[in-house]
Amino acid sequence: MLSKRIIPCLDVREGKTTKGIKFKNNVEIGDPVEMARFYYEAGADELVFYDITASHEKRDIMIDVVKKVAQTIFIPFSVGGGIRTLADMRAVLLAGAEKVSVNSAAVKNPDIISQGARAFGNQCVVLGMDVKHVGEKAGIPSGYEIVINGGRTFMGLDALEWAKQGQALGAGEICLNSIDADGTKDGYEMQLTRMISENVSIPVIASGGAGTPEHLADVLTKGRADAALIASMVHFGTYTIEEIKSFLSRKGIKVRKS
Amino acid sequence: MIAIVDYGAGNLTSVARAVSFLSYDCVITDDPAQIIGAERVIFPGVGAAGSAMETMRERGLDDALKEVFFAGTPMLGICVGCQIIMDSSQENDTTCLGLISGSAKAFSDTMATEQKDGHLKVPHMGWNGLDVVQDHPLFNGVGTTDEFYFVHSYYPVPQNPDDVFGTTEYGIHFTCAVGKNNLFATQFHLEKSGKPGLLILKNFCGWVPC
Repeated sequence: MLSKRIIPCLDVREGKTTKGIKFKNNVEIGDPVEMARFYYEAGADELVFYDITASHEKRDIMIDVVKKVAQTIFIPFSVGGGIRTLADMRAVLLAGAEKVSVNSAAVKNPDIISQGARAFGNQCVVLGMDVKHVGEKAGIPSGYEIVINGGRTFMGLDALEWAKQGQALGAGEICLNSIDADGTKDGYEMQLTRMISENVSIPVIASGGAGTPEHLADVLTKGRADAALIASMVHFGTYTIEEIKSFLSRKGIKVRKS
Repeated sequence: MIAIVDYGAGNLTSVARAVSFLSYDCVITDDPAQIIGAERVIFPGVGAAGSAMETMRERGLDDALKEVFFAGTPMLGICVGCQIIMDSSQENDTTCLGLISGSAKAFSDTMATEQKDGHLKVPHMGWNGLDVVQDHPLFNGVGTTDEFYFVHSYYPVPQNPDDVFGTTEYGIHFTCAVGKNNLFATQFHLEKSGKPGLLILKNFCGWVPC
């Protein structure tokens, strides 16, 4: 039986891991290569790197991080943030990432999903979605809207429609981030996660809001998520991955023992 | 020297990195002569069986792999490499290498729609267990609770049960490890399966088929 995946997420700015609340006030917390190795040893099932380097010119720093990570860990990891072109995708995949995540660029140019899927295979292309609850309104029947630019720009695009379209275009997985829940440690956005997961046939990674192992248990059962992204709760040592997995296991959720 | 066969199927560098991490020399190559002359051959791959076989034929790698097989050289297939050793694949109706009798079949289309009860999505992506149904030197040291990383929509269905070494449960019990003589192949990604994956890869690097 397939295990639910627990995926630490590392936000990387100019080669250093940071963590912010609601995409703001990022503080540096460590070296991403060392942290990747640490989480690999600790039993992470996969890792996500999100490059939040503001300047496109400094992207080479991230490629260098990806190369170093790929030499030290032997589990899948994805890289997202600032991926705009097929060449950007190729660069991170060649550097050793298993998957590449597209977010804003895909909203502006959905073709990048199908181009990436054709060039590298569907399993390589993760559709990252930043979503805000806005309530049902014209053009947003699900009540959840796609936002970009770290949550600042509303796109008039319905989250559920976009998820289905992303799948149709060839995305192999969805990483679903709730801007409302991100960094709050109050729990994942359950309604959103369940709605998306039940309406697509590709795996959904829940993101944003994890504070306790109970939150993961909820989103992996009631929220129907296939995987859960975690950040603060492990970055600051509040919980270990082993503690989280033991908790989930006791709740009857299948996780990989490590 | 271990030859990693480049047949245009996905990211071979991750397999090369894993082999190098284990301190074995390897080279990524699409040169049939180099592959035939190698001490060991690994053919990893993601992507579609159809395009994989097409590239193989264009580069003369299909005949090279058959020659490697009949010469008794240890060879290891990973993921798509575990499907193209069969006679055929349902994916794009592809004629494959025919080193092992049987075919590669797709997970049922209905599995994705059954998710409300069983959460079964296609592709089968993530960590899953391995039920060893037949001992093999490559399984030495693998624990009963060890899990491996899968990403696939097709799986091998060998005709002869003797060729089946491992199965995995995902809605159905499917074959995830096949072998015959000097050939072994896993549907899961050894290079992305953490320590148990590296262990099987290491076992392969030292394997002397009898």
